[in-house]
This record gives sequence, structure tokens and C-alpha cells, in this order.
Amino acid sequence: MKYMLMMNTPGGGPYKITSWPQQDFRAHIAFMRSFATKLRESGELVAAEGLSGPDQAKRVRAASDGQPVTDGVFPEAKEFLAGYWIVDVESPERAYRIAAEASAAPGPGGKPLNMPIEVRQVMSEPPKDLP
Amino acid sequence: MPLPPDTRIQHLLRDLAPRVLGAVTRRFCDFTASEDAVQEALLAAATDWPRDGLPENPCAWLIQVAARRLVDHVRAEAARRHREKIVVSLVPPEEQIALAADAEGATTERDDTLDLLFMCCHSALSPASAIALTLRAVGGLTTLEIARAFMVPEATMAQRISRAKQSIKASGIAFATPAAEEGTARLGAVMHVLYLIFSEGYASSSGSELIRSDLSSEGLRLTRMLHRLVPDDAEVAGLLALMLLTDARRAARTDSSGELVPLDKQDRTLWDRQALAEGLALINATLPRGTVGPYQVQAAIAAVHDEAASAQATDWAQILALYGLLERMSDNPMVALNLAVAAAMVHGPAAGLARLHALAADPRLQDHHRLDAVRAHLLERAGEREEAIECYRRAAERTASTSERTYLLLQAARLSETH
Repeated sequence: MKYMLMMNTPGGGPYKITSWPQQDFRAHIAFMRSFATKLRESGELVAAEGLSGPDQAKRVRAASDGQPVTDGVFPEAKEFLAGYWIVDVESPERAYRIAAEASAAPGPGGKPLNMPIEVRQVMSEPPKDLP
Repeated sequence: MPLPPDTRIQHLLRDLAPRVLGAVTRRFCDFTASEDAVQEALLAAATDWPRDGLPENPCAWLIQVAARRLVDHVRAEAARRHREKIVVSLVPPEEQIALAADAEGATTERDDTLDLLFMCCHSALSPASAIALTLRAVGGLTTLEIARAFMVPEATMAQRISRAKQSIKASGIAFATPAAEEGTARLGAVMHVLYLIFSEGYASSSGSELIRSDLSSEGLRLTRMLHRLVPDDAEVAGLLALMLLTDARRAARTDSSGELVPLDKQDRTLWDRQALAEGLALINATLPRGTVGPYQVQAAIAAVHDEAASAQATDWAQILALYGLLERMSDNPMVALNLAVAAAMVHGPAAGLARLHALAADPRLQDHHRLDAVRAHLLERAGEREEAIECYRRAAERTASTSERTYLLLQAARLSETH
């Protein structure tokens, strides 16, 4: 079964990675790299992407003529999606364990961030023979 | 060490594939059908040749087998159409078969491969389509390999390639040698696509860097082939030199933890001496020969960097002059940014910052992270620490490259820690 693990990061505060000291930032990057490598090697990683910062994010709606209408930039948003992993695992428990590992990524001073990771099951195709 | 025979055959097949595809497409005027037939011929060769030995003329063998397959398909198709009483084809089947009987074509390797490149890199195709089609049809990469290199699902890449083929059909791009006056523009489009393939691999350094850097090698290999086909074209020689001189630094561009290392901090002993020597010899032989174009100037700039024993020994005055020349050739804001850096190196950071100030009004650079990255670098050199930190961070928030963001954030952090 597939799960999407979403890393939602508050816009400011201790998660504001842009203001971390070099050493802590390096440790965080190294952790994320080895985390992805481990998931790839265990055969569980389907996809992982980091998203660029929220200050250029746009909200788009279709106007009545179907043309895109873009709505501002949201630098003050409380929370934004910083990145996600999609994993293919044996059980939901395994997905939670992976999420917990990501949650404990090192932050300032090397302390675990314990950031919230949203875990959502990815919808699958219906079984071949529905009764 | 000699290569094992199977690998030698694979290399040979890869080298022959574009020429064979070009020859077959020219004869049958149906690119998609020709490509399928050539694929079948290549597969047949991969099984037959290791067992039976190489045919006397491998290229003619492949063309003949591909043509025979195609004729079989055409006949089957004609029979089906006949049953349906619909006959729609650009070239009537009888004529296609008649053409195929003429196994010894009068065309040369140069024409077949070059015209194939012209078709795959036609300006009617989007760059993404042209890149995919060139890698598939000329480079001989499998759809899966191309999909991996661009990190998209295989089905997506297959669709992109098939749409590119449809565009060729729909826009009536003929498989033919362009007239001389059109040839230069067509060659320009080919060089642009090859350069994009090379850069795609070179600019990447995240995730599957090994697969991606294969794209650089492929761009280099195809440009080498193009240079062999048109040895007298100075811009093609310039492009090849530029790739060699850039690729030579590959090992020094990232450190052991995958972080980007800027040119002035690179360990120059890691540079590939052989590639450097080849690139330098090529650009030095090309520059005095004729009309100087943008690729040659960029290669000349790379050469000045690569010839310097250390970053401090770089001849910035010459680089500044070359960027000035390049700026007059192309209206590219990235060239203007590099010119500002060179000006700062020669005349001091204030001179560079003044140029940036003038550039900030360019709409193409609005919100572009490179403008802030260069500004941050020059501000740091000017001793404006706080402003530099702010610019590094702003650039980091705007770049779409993970490794570049890491690099920029580390610069900001480094400056924050120096009081």
C-alpha cells in the first residue's frame, strides 16, 4: 500500500531553515539525503520531491471563460508544504514509523525537530474481481 | 584493455543507428515506420552478429534488413487498406517498395545523419520534444533511459516522443537536406538542442546524479559526432570545445557530501587534463579561422578560466573583454550578469554593483534568483555583510535547484557567523 508523507512547515519560527547556522543546516541536509537513500535501498521509495519556497506560490482558479486567474503570493501563510515522500510499504504502521523518522530530522543545535508529518494513503486501483 | 566483443558490437550499433535511420527515413518518407523497422534491424543484429560474426558492410546490412521489415509492414498494411478500400499514403506502397529495392543509395553518412538531426531538432518542435526525440532517434537511448534521466514516468516520456513524431508529420517537416541559406539556421537549432542536453546533465546534482551526468556525456558524444560531420563549421567546433572545457571540471564541481563548489574554490588538480587539453587545442585552432560566434566566445571564456593555475591567477581583463563581445552578439540577460561579475573582478565590486543596478529593470531578470545571487556575492566583496546575507537568502528562496539553494543558504549562514 502506498502512502504520501507530507512535510508541512510553519512559515516562521525555529523551522525557518534560512536562518540556521551552517553546521546545523549541513546536518539537516545530510540527514535528508541519507533518509532518501535508505528508503530507496529498502525498496520502499516511490517518489520524493522538495518544493521551492512559498513566497512565489500562486493560487490559481479558472475564470468563467476558463482562463487562469492567479491570486497573490502568500509569504505570511501559517503553514506550507515543503516537500513530500511517497512510499510503498507493507502496513500503515511501517508508514508511520518512516514518518516519525522524518519528523525527527535534526534542527537548530542538532535537536530533533519533531515536526508534524501528515500521512495519507494513496488511492489505488480497484481490485481486479469485485464480487 | 580491449572491450568484450558484445560491448564492441553494442557500440558499433549505437554509432551506426542514426545513419541507418536517416537512410531508411529518406527512402520511405515515414519516420515512425522507419524507426520501428530500424529498431527491429538493430535487435536482429544484436542477436545475429555475436553468433555469426560481423557482416562485411554492417551499415548496408542494417539498412537492408530494416528496409525489408518495412516493406513487409507496408505490404501487410496495403493489403489491409485494400480490404478496407481506403488508400491514404504520402508515397504509394508500390513506389515505397520500388525505392527500397535500390539498396545502395547515393547518399552519404554525412547527409543521412545530419538530416536526421535537422529533423529531430526542428524549430517547430518544443525544446523538450526535440531533446527527447534526438536522444531516442540519434542517441539511441531507450525511452526508459530518457525517462529516468528527466525523472518522469516512462509512459510520459513515451507519449512525449510519440507526440514529437506526430508534430513532425503534422507540420510537414520533410526529411531532406535544407538549402544552404536555411542550413545555418537549422544547424543552429541542432546545436541549441545538443547544448540543452549537455546542460541538463551538467546542471543537475541532486538525486540520481549518475544517470543525469550521463546526459552530459551523451550531449558531448552527439556534438563530437556533429563536429565530425561538419568539421569546417567553426561554431560546432566552438560548441564542442565549450562542452569539453566545462565537462573537464565535473569532478571538482561537487564535494564529497554533494555540495556545489564554485569555480574559484575548486580543487584544480581534479580537473580532467585530457578533456582540457583537447578543448583548448580545439578552440585555439578554431578562433583564428573565421566568423566568431557565441559558442566560440563562451569556449574562449571557459579556456581563460581553465588555463589559470589558480583562481587568483585568472585573467579577468580578458574575460571581461570576451563577455563584452558576447553581449554584443546576443541579447541575453545572463550574459549581462556574468559581465557584471567580470567587471567587479577587474574594476572592483562597486563597478559590478552599478551594472546590476542598471540590469534590475530588465523584466526577464525580475524575481530571477541569479540576480540576487550575483548581487549577494558582490555585496559580500564590498563588505556589505547584512545586505549580502539578505540577498543570499532571497536568492535561495527563489532558486528551483536544491543544490543551489543549499549552496546559497550556506553562504548566508557563513556570513551570519562572521562578526
